[in-house]
Formats: sequence, structure tokens, C-alpha cells
Amino acid sequence: MATTKETSTVVQAAPSVTSYLKSHMRDYGMLIALVVIMGMFQFLTDGTLMRPVNLTNLFLQNSYIIIMAIGMLLVIVAGHIDLSVGSVAGFIGALAAVMSVNYDLPTILVVPVCLVVGLIIGGLQGYWIAYWKIPAFIVTLAGMLVFRGLTLALLEGQSVGPFPKSFQLLSTGFIPDVFGVGRPNVTALVLGILAASAILFLAARTRSRALKYGIQDEPFSFFIVKNVLVAAAIIYLSYLLSTYRGLPNVLMSMAVLIAIYTFLTNSTTIGRRIYALGGNEKAAKLSGINTERLTFLTFANMGMLAALAGLIFAARLNTATPKAGFGFELDVIAAVFIGGASMSGGVGKVIGAVIGAFIMGVMNNGMSILGIGIDWQQVIKGLVLLAAVIFDVYNKQKAR
Amino acid sequence: MENIILEMRSITKTFPGVKALDSVNLKVRAGEIHALVGENGAGKSTLMKVLSGVYPHGSYQGDILFNDETVAFSGITDSEEKGIIIIHQELALVPLLSIAENLFLGNENVEGGVINWPKTYSRTQTLLAKVGLKESPSTLVGQLGVGKQQLVEIAKALAKDVKLLILDEPTSALQENDSAKLLDLLLEFKAQGISSILITHKLNEISRVADSITVIRDGASVSTLDCHAQNISEEDIIRDMVGRDMADRYPQRNNPAREGHLGKTMMEVSGWNVWHPDAIDRQMIHNIEFNVHAGEVVGIAGLMGSGRTELAMSLFGKSYGKNIQGEVRLRGEIADLSTVPKAIKSGLAYVTEDRKELGLILEETIQTNTTLANLNRVSSHGVIDENIERQVSEDYRKALNIRTPSVFQKVMNLSGGNQQKVVLSKWLYSQPDVLILDEPTRGIDVGAKFEIYNIINQLADDGKGVVMISSEMPELLGMCDRIYVMNEGRFVGELDKANASQEKIMSMIVKA
Repeated sequence: MATTKETSTVVQAAPSVTSYLKSHMRDYGMLIALVVIMGMFQFLTDGTLMRPVNLTNLFLQNSYIIIMAIGMLLVIVAGHIDLSVGSVAGFIGALAAVMSVNYDLPTILVVPVCLVVGLIIGGLQGYWIAYWKIPAFIVTLAGMLVFRGLTLALLEGQSVGPFPKSFQLLSTGFIPDVFGVGRPNVTALVLGILAASAILFLAARTRSRALKYGIQDEPFSFFIVKNVLVAAAIIYLSYLLSTYRGLPNVLMSMAVLIAIYTFLTNSTTIGRRIYALGGNEKAAKLSGINTERLTFLTFANMGMLAALAGLIFAARLNTATPKAGFGFELDVIAAVFIGGASMSGGVGKVIGAVIGAFIMGVMNNGMSILGIGIDWQQVIKGLVLLAAVIFDVYNKQKAR
Repeated sequence: MENIILEMRSITKTFPGVKALDSVNLKVRAGEIHALVGENGAGKSTLMKVLSGVYPHGSYQGDILFNDETVAFSGITDSEEKGIIIIHQELALVPLLSIAENLFLGNENVEGGVINWPKTYSRTQTLLAKVGLKESPSTLVGQLGVGKQQLVEIAKALAKDVKLLILDEPTSALQENDSAKLLDLLLEFKAQGISSILITHKLNEISRVADSITVIRDGASVSTLDCHAQNISEEDIIRDMVGRDMADRYPQRNNPAREGHLGKTMMEVSGWNVWHPDAIDRQMIHNIEFNVHAGEVVGIAGLMGSGRTELAMSLFGKSYGKNIQGEVRLRGEIADLSTVPKAIKSGLAYVTEDRKELGLILEETIQTNTTLANLNRVSSHGVIDENIERQVSEDYRKALNIRTPSVFQKVMNLSGGNQQKVVLSKWLYSQPDVLILDEPTRGIDVGAKFEIYNIINQLADDGKGVVMISSEMPELLGMCDRIYVMNEGRFVGELDKANASQEKIMSMIVKA
């Protein structure tokens, strides 16, 4: 009665570039989208988008969003949300203004004090979320209101400024050209080439290690094209920037932060545990992970990055206004989700959040150049956020 | 003269890259209980999803005949209209709604868009009487135990005029007497002419109620057995399921512990009392005393709700309960088990009952899950060395025979048995002296169970102490050197291997 039947269950796919790209659409989709969007605006704005001045502006305009997006990524990966970041950034900007303008305190003191205050604010919110299990949505909604109010109180409803020169350098400063050429800024070019070489070197090392363990499925041609394109893009960007005023300080601090947090999430036990916490909190706890402390630290870190963003924003405007930071949290959260993070936690990458922030930034910038009103800008940004998440969900379902 | 209610003819269903079903045939006669068995991942659930329209017509090849007419369902509503109702393993009830509201969810008794509550309640009472559930229709479903919830699900099916009832492992979460009740209910339905398809891993249930059996293996129907025409032994079914003879379902162990030469005491618990975390006056664990020796497998038998899991979790870093009192000695020394990290450090490991909810990060890879409980061992100064990590997880993959192309596979893509091996890898890598295994073989197939048993024996042979909690008494009898019997938060008896039997354990529970 019994009949046996052999079935081959797994069909081995030949590792071609297209099939690889298809199966990794989630990883590269947003990067491709960014390039397409940039290309589109470059065309629509008759090349204004990529002009050195505008490019420099693009970085300056979006630096604070990107910095907060890095912190928000960790918060969202841990399975929470932080709605207070905009208010906290505004509050810290106000605090910095009061300290340096009203009390004439030196920048070297103001900056660390502000960062510590941000850390404490984040920690306070994290304390209720981590140890009292109060939903992050509620705690940070409260924080959003509280710090919006405190900003107003601190500034007494007035704008405070201007900042001393040393403080403005936080945002508007540029790396000086050590080679003394000026224009083009050779330092910028050299740093760009160094960064590109470092990326190539790291990619090659990772690949050779992966090959050694026989776990590499990325086609070689794809690997080459991808990394050469990335390196070329970096060098080209640094060339463009060098023809204007060189590398903005903000860009450097951003690059450093991106590198640090990429390392933190990929290679450290803390990073690993945050992903585990967001993926399955109960299992993480039963595996001996101190989930409360991790949640607390994640929010404290967010507070500090929000403070840094607030300082940079204030320095850029050269004044602290009661309206500073208004609505930032929405751009930041949108950037993280556009970058592929999962609402339920446990999934997301730093570089994804950065790309997400750039997509938002390029769209803001491009649409402003085109003279599209703020009304329609909002509509379009909203639709892009929705489309990005739908794209992500669609890819996820297809992968099943 | 056969009266066939359902015939599925050469059903083939492919997912990208995988052939899940390969011309499967299934024939169910009217008014019979048809058991569908097979290892996890064999394709049973996929077949039932094809039948119920979850995978709509056109997404598979083959024909479905229901009452002699070809049917093409494009969704669950279509199949339910014909009277095919499927009850999933994970119950689909809304805990915060009442029994009556749940029974008619999506099928309300309405007049002009307004719900007729008197009618709803009276129909609910009739249906509850049919399934033998004595509860008020207004009771919230969340307040019922799993067994009663299962009955509510069945009543819900009856409310829809069911002709063919499909139950996907209905008893996996039930304790023995609830399971028996449920099976009796199926027999009653049979007398009323309702056919059922019963998906199960429990062979004793099959021999009790099934009229015929279809065995599925690797996406193909292997055999159909008629329980009345043939004399079928459990071994016959197992052989068809796994495709090999299984001479002994529990591996033998050559260990001196079996002959009474025990190693030193690894763990000793005394005066252990635990109170309920929310209801502070309710004592859940009463004065438990027990010990485990090196090289010994100790079982804890008891019904669901007897406090076994609560005991284990309260021991493991006070993960359950409040006001915990008592003393634990590990290797003779008093151990501080007040937090999970301390418990792990002291040499205790706890393999949870529910691997998806409590054991694994499903979105992560095998590698990540393997090292999770002992990340410090693969890292220095907080930086993970991925090469060592890969090596470690690769070693466990080989040692425990986890069937997967690579350790970079996400755990959610693995079958239940392989997932359980990943959980075991994680806890083995935490280097414990004593392992508490809570239902280590729940919901996994016979072949994988045998492998898990081998791993457990190997652990004991390596000199570790193993505590095994299980609802399946034959498993405890086959595996353990000693068995503690637990009931209502107390240990009510202790039996050694030579004296233990299902009858003795049961009578200790009943007479306690």
C-alpha cells in the first residue's frame, strides 16, 4: 500500500546578477530609489541640484535630521518610538543660546553641558519606558509637550541670538585646506579619496573572509560594480564640494557618527542585543539580556543625539527660536521607516536610515528649487513614505 | 459502495524554489474521521490551506471534489459556505469578546443591520450544549482555559453548518482529560454525519478515533490506511511518516546512572515557595524539594496548569512569580539565581516551553540565536568576533544535525524540530551544569524527537544534570531515571525508572 516518492524540494538558483538583485531588493531598493530621485531632480532643476553650493547646502540642511535618524534607528529597532526629539532639539538650542548669548559662557563649555543635558533628558524618558513599562509613545508624547513648553519659557517667547563665531562653526564651518590651495580644496579631495579607499578596502576584506567560509552569494561582477560606483560617487561628491568651500564640519561629524553607529550595530554585543530585544523581548530577557538597561541606554543615546542636532540647527540659523525643532520628529521617523526599519522592531540598518533621510532631504531641496509650494511638498513626502513602506512589505511577502 | 465527501486529486503546489506538494491525493468518506499525519514540514498544513481556499484556485494544480462536484475556492468564505471549516492550531478567538460574540463573529444574527441579542444568546446556548461546554454565553473568551477555548472554536464551526471539520493539532495544547473530551466530541459528530479531518502528531489519538489515515511525507501522500480493514500498529504509521523503521522510539543509554551509580548532586532545591505575580495571596508553588545528580535525567510529570513551568521559570532568574522563597544549591554551594544573567552564570539553563514566543529571535539567523545567551564568549571588549561566532554556530549545526543550507538562515524559515535544536544550541553554548527542558519535543515530528532524545542522553553522559518537563508520559517513562509527579503546585510523589508507569503517575495525580 505504501508508495514512496522522491521529491527535490530546493531548486538551486544560478547566482546571476539579476536574480541576486531581486532577492536583495530590500537591501538595495532604497539606495536605487535615492539615485533615481537625485537623477530626476538633477534633470528637472537643470543641474541646480548637484551644483557645489546646493550640494553643500543639502548637507547642512539635513545634517540634524540624519544625526537624529541614527538615534531613532536604535530606538525603533529596540521596538519603541521617540516623539520628543524635535522638542528636545529645540530646547537644547534654546539652552545653548541662553548660555552663550545671555551668560557669555564659552562654546567649549556650552557644547558638552548641552550634550549631557540631552543625555539626561533621554535617560529620564527612558527610565519610565524601561523600568516602569510605560509605552514609549505616551512618555515621549508627554516629553514633546513638556520640552516645547520649556523652550518657550526659556526663551521667554523671543528669538535669542546671534551666537558667537566659535559656536557657529559647529554648523557653518569648513575643514580648512591644509595644502593651502583654497580652490579646489585639496584637503576635501584627499579626504574623499581616503574615505573611498577605506570603503573599498573594508568591502574587499569582508568579501575575502566570507569567501573563505564559503558563504558568499554576491556575484563578483555585482560586487565590483557596486563598490566602484560607491567609491566613485564619494570621490565625485568630494570633488564637487572641493570646488566650493570644501568639506563642511557637519559632514565630517556626520560621517564619523555614521561610522561609529554602523560599527556599534553590526559588530558589538550592545548592538546585537538591541536587535534581539526588538526581535523578541521575552526571548532576549530569558537569554540573560538586561533588556531594561538596554532600553534605557537607547533612549539616553537618542537624547544626546537630539541635543547634538539641536546645537547644529541653532548654529546654522545663528539664533534660537521658540519654533525650532517643530515637526522634526516626523521627518526623522519617516526617514527611518523609508530606510527599511520595521515598525515591530528588530529590523533596520543605520545606513538605511541615512539613505532614508537623504531621500527626504533631496526631495525637500529639489521641490523647493522647482518652486513647489509647501502644501504639495507635504503631500508628496507623505506619499513617498507610504510607497516606501508598501515596497518594503511587498518585498517581505515575496520573500516568504 | 463508498460515499466520498471530499476528494483531492493530484494536488501540486509550488512556492518559489520549493515544491511544497507533489501530486497529493486525499479521499475522505462521508461521516468518517480521517487522520492526516506526517512530519513537520511534510505539507499537511499547506494541503489544508489549499482545501480551505487560503491558497486560491489557480495557485495550485489538481482538482478538489466536494460532494461529487468540482469546487474552485477563491477564499475562506467560499469554502465555509460549502461547510468546510478549518480550526487552526493557533485559535482565532478574540479574548476580550464574549463567547456569544465570538461564535457569531462575521456571521452575526442581524435584522436590518442590528444584532438580535436574544436570538444570539439562545443560539449560543444550544451550540454550547452541543459541544458540552457549561459556560454562560456572556463569559469573556479570555477567561476560559485553552481546552474550553477549543470547544468554543468548535461551537463556532457548528454555527456555520459544518459538513467537514478540519482540526489542525487540536490537542497539542490540551491536557489529557480535555483531549479525551475533544475526541469524544468528534466521535459524536461522526454519529451525526459530520466528517472530520484530524491533523495530529499523537498516534494514540489516531488509534482511538480515526477510521482511516493518510500519511504525508516530503510533500507527497505516502499511504492511505483503513483502520477497520487492516490491523495497524503505531509502528506502521511511524515507518510511513519517517520513511524508516524506528525500532525504538527512545534511544538506549549505557550509563552507570541507570544502574544506581549516581554522580554527585548537581542541583538541590529546598523549601521553594512562589506566589502568583498578580494575585499576591495565591501561592503557586508549595514547598518544593528536589535534586538532580550529574548524569541523571529527572522528569517532572503533571497536567497542564500543575505549576511545572511556573516552577522552572521561578528557579531561572525569578522569571515568574513574586515573593519567592527557598534555597537552591548548585554543585553543593548556595546559588544566587535572582536574575537571569546570574542564573546563567551559576550554570543553569532553561529551555522554554514556547520556542517561538520565548526561545528564539525569529527574524535573526541561526548564528545570532546560537550565541545570544553567551555573547561575551565570542567577543572581546564588547566587539563580536564574527569568525569565531560563525565557527561556534557551525559546530553546533553539525553536532545537533540542524538541517539547513547555512547558519545564516533565518530561524523563522526552519521547521519546528530544527528550531528546537537551535534553542538547544543556544543553551548548550551557555555551558550549563544543569538544564531544565520544558516540553523539549512539543510540536515536533517523530524523527526530530528521536534526535532530541539522543542529545538529552548525550548531555547526561557528559555529566550534566537534566530536568525534563513533559506532558507526554511515555516520553518521561522512556527517558528519565527518576520522575517527580507534580500537582497543583506540589510534588506529590517520586518514582524511579523501575517502578514508574503511566498508571502510577496518574493515580498519584488523581489521589493527591
